[in-house]
Amino acid sequence: MPEALIRVQGLKKSYVSPAGSVEILHGLDFQINAGEFVAVMGPSGSGKSTMMNILGCLDTASSGTFEIAGKDTSKMSSDQLAGLRNDVIGFVFQGFNLLQRTTIEDNVALPLVYRSADKATRRAAAREILAKVGLDGYALSRPNQISGGQQQRVAIARALVGKPKILFADEPTGNLDTTTSHEIMDLFTGLNRQDGITLMIVTHEADIAQYADRLIRLVDGRIDYDGPARAYFQERAA
Amino acid sequence: MIGPMLAEAFSALGANRLRSVLTMLGMVIGVGAVITMLSVGEGTKAQVQATIESMGSNLFIVQAGSAQSGAVRTGAGGVQTLTASDAEAIADLPNVTAAAPVAPGNAQVVTSYGNWSTQIMGTTEDMLVARNWSLSSGYSFSDSDVRSASRVALIGRTIVTNLFGDEDPVGQTIRIRNLPFIVQGVLAGKGQSLDGRDQDDTILVPVTTAQRQLFAGRFGDTVRFIMVQASSTDAMSQVQADMTALLRDRHRIGEGQDDDFQIRNLAAMADSAAQTAQVMTLMLAAIASISLIVGGIGIMNIMLVSVTERTREIGIRMAIGARQRDVLLQFLLEALMLSLLGCLIGVALGVGGAWLIKLLGGLDTVVTPESVILAFAVATGVGVFFGYYPARKAARLKPIDALRYQ
Repeated sequence: MPEALIRVQGLKKSYVSPAGSVEILHGLDFQINAGEFVAVMGPSGSGKSTMMNILGCLDTASSGTFEIAGKDTSKMSSDQLAGLRNDVIGFVFQGFNLLQRTTIEDNVALPLVYRSADKATRRAAAREILAKVGLDGYALSRPNQISGGQQQRVAIARALVGKPKILFADEPTGNLDTTTSHEIMDLFTGLNRQDGITLMIVTHEADIAQYADRLIRLVDGRIDYDGPARAYFQERAA
Repeated sequence: MIGPMLAEAFSALGANRLRSVLTMLGMVIGVGAVITMLSVGEGTKAQVQATIESMGSNLFIVQAGSAQSGAVRTGAGGVQTLTASDAEAIADLPNVTAAAPVAPGNAQVVTSYGNWSTQIMGTTEDMLVARNWSLSSGYSFSDSDVRSASRVALIGRTIVTNLFGDEDPVGQTIRIRNLPFIVQGVLAGKGQSLDGRDQDDTILVPVTTAQRQLFAGRFGDTVRFIMVQASSTDAMSQVQADMTALLRDRHRIGEGQDDDFQIRNLAAMADSAAQTAQVMTLMLAAIASISLIVGGIGIMNIMLVSVTERTREIGIRMAIGARQRDVLLQFLLEALMLSLLGCLIGVALGVGGAWLIKLLGGLDTVVTPESVILAFAVATGVGVFFGYYPARKAARLKPIDALRYQ
């Protein structure tokens, strides 16, 4: 029996707009086990990003339960959620979200600052992880001095530096060209296969989703498909 | 934790150098103004204090009262009812440390060096006690000098300058109204009195010598006034009541009749002068504090702009694990750094300003450590107070809202 890292039951999210309350997620149920590589697909407005933000503890659900590493997040304080984001979760954004004033090394080491790690520890950890994502020698550059693909590698390094249990990525290749996109996906695949990191990636591109083992497809805030990625694409091709 | 945050705050301020400097300028001017103004106030206070101390402390002046003949009343001192023996009797009252009779007059004084018209005070040694007056050379006259009406004199610094030049006057002879006097001592310098008179332009002689020889016929055996010193401020009202009773008794004033003397309390005068100086210091500080507050509002304004501008950065930090207090601390540190840095420069400016005022304006200025500590305390307070609201605003953002901010 594999370890359940994430357990979602009856997850709903609605927003209050001038036109009234709008429900984006209509009750999601799924479980993600340690070591899985999951792609989340769906058309625009299907609620992919909303779901990822809740799973990444950046946003809160309106109702339903969401457990991560055995802990129920609905009863957590904002500080406890911050602790989860620091310890358990790594998040990679479409727009990289690096601090422009700060060196690559300090960007990568930033999560460790909030763990009160000393400078030497932070630097060593940042250098090690930068080497892993293939950015040796860029430690003292700034984000605006490197390419988009390299910036996304920095963002991945930052997400990994705290040794999280799960990595969430929201359209990580959305701002990148095709070649660079596949390089980034190869990096993700390696992290999953060799380092056993659990991965959950939102994308709207089929060839990106094909890197994953499992596919969750959202349509209008409901799960439309949840199963092996290969089976889904083979069925579609046929 | 605080180390990287300080570095972070420093780099954030450095990223907008011009803006940071302009924000700090408000603080610099505020603190500088407070320190300079306080130094001017303190200087004035110290000057007033020194003048008051030169007058002597806890003093009374007992003056002869007015006389009435028919419908015509003379002014105070119009009749001469006080005597040197009244002074002696007052001196014996409890809590009286000195009672000096004074028989004053003006006279031309001549030495071989030159001549000079000045005030002569016939008095006793008690005058030196009451006025807290010391001798810079020579020695004072004694009771026996008073009893035998010796022609000895103690002269002030101004007299020395005008009648002896650089010579040592002790032991030399001066002629007052053509009578030879031996200079027995030189009084230490006192400077100006509260009303601007030169306190060093005076000669003290035994009261008997003044009564019988110098101003013979003018006083008889009376004196113009008696200077009385009480042992403490608290004892003053008791001493005043005792003196009134004593003098009424000695002058045989019946029940219902007016006193033939007046008692003036110099401590009250000194108090009001000190109070005026204190009020002035407070007023200057209040005016200067306004600029501190304006400086603080400037800091708050910039911190609010900074929070808005860096909302996305706050979101990123929260997304990777920054807690509310981390964000709060970060912005609070920036505000504090702005205000403390501004304060530091302001203190330097204020001390420089005080020095310039002393140099160019000729005003006495005193920068006290208290005013510097006060400035730092206020600057810290302003930094925390005006930095807290923007910092809290940043810390309360939801991570997803902060990240979505464009």
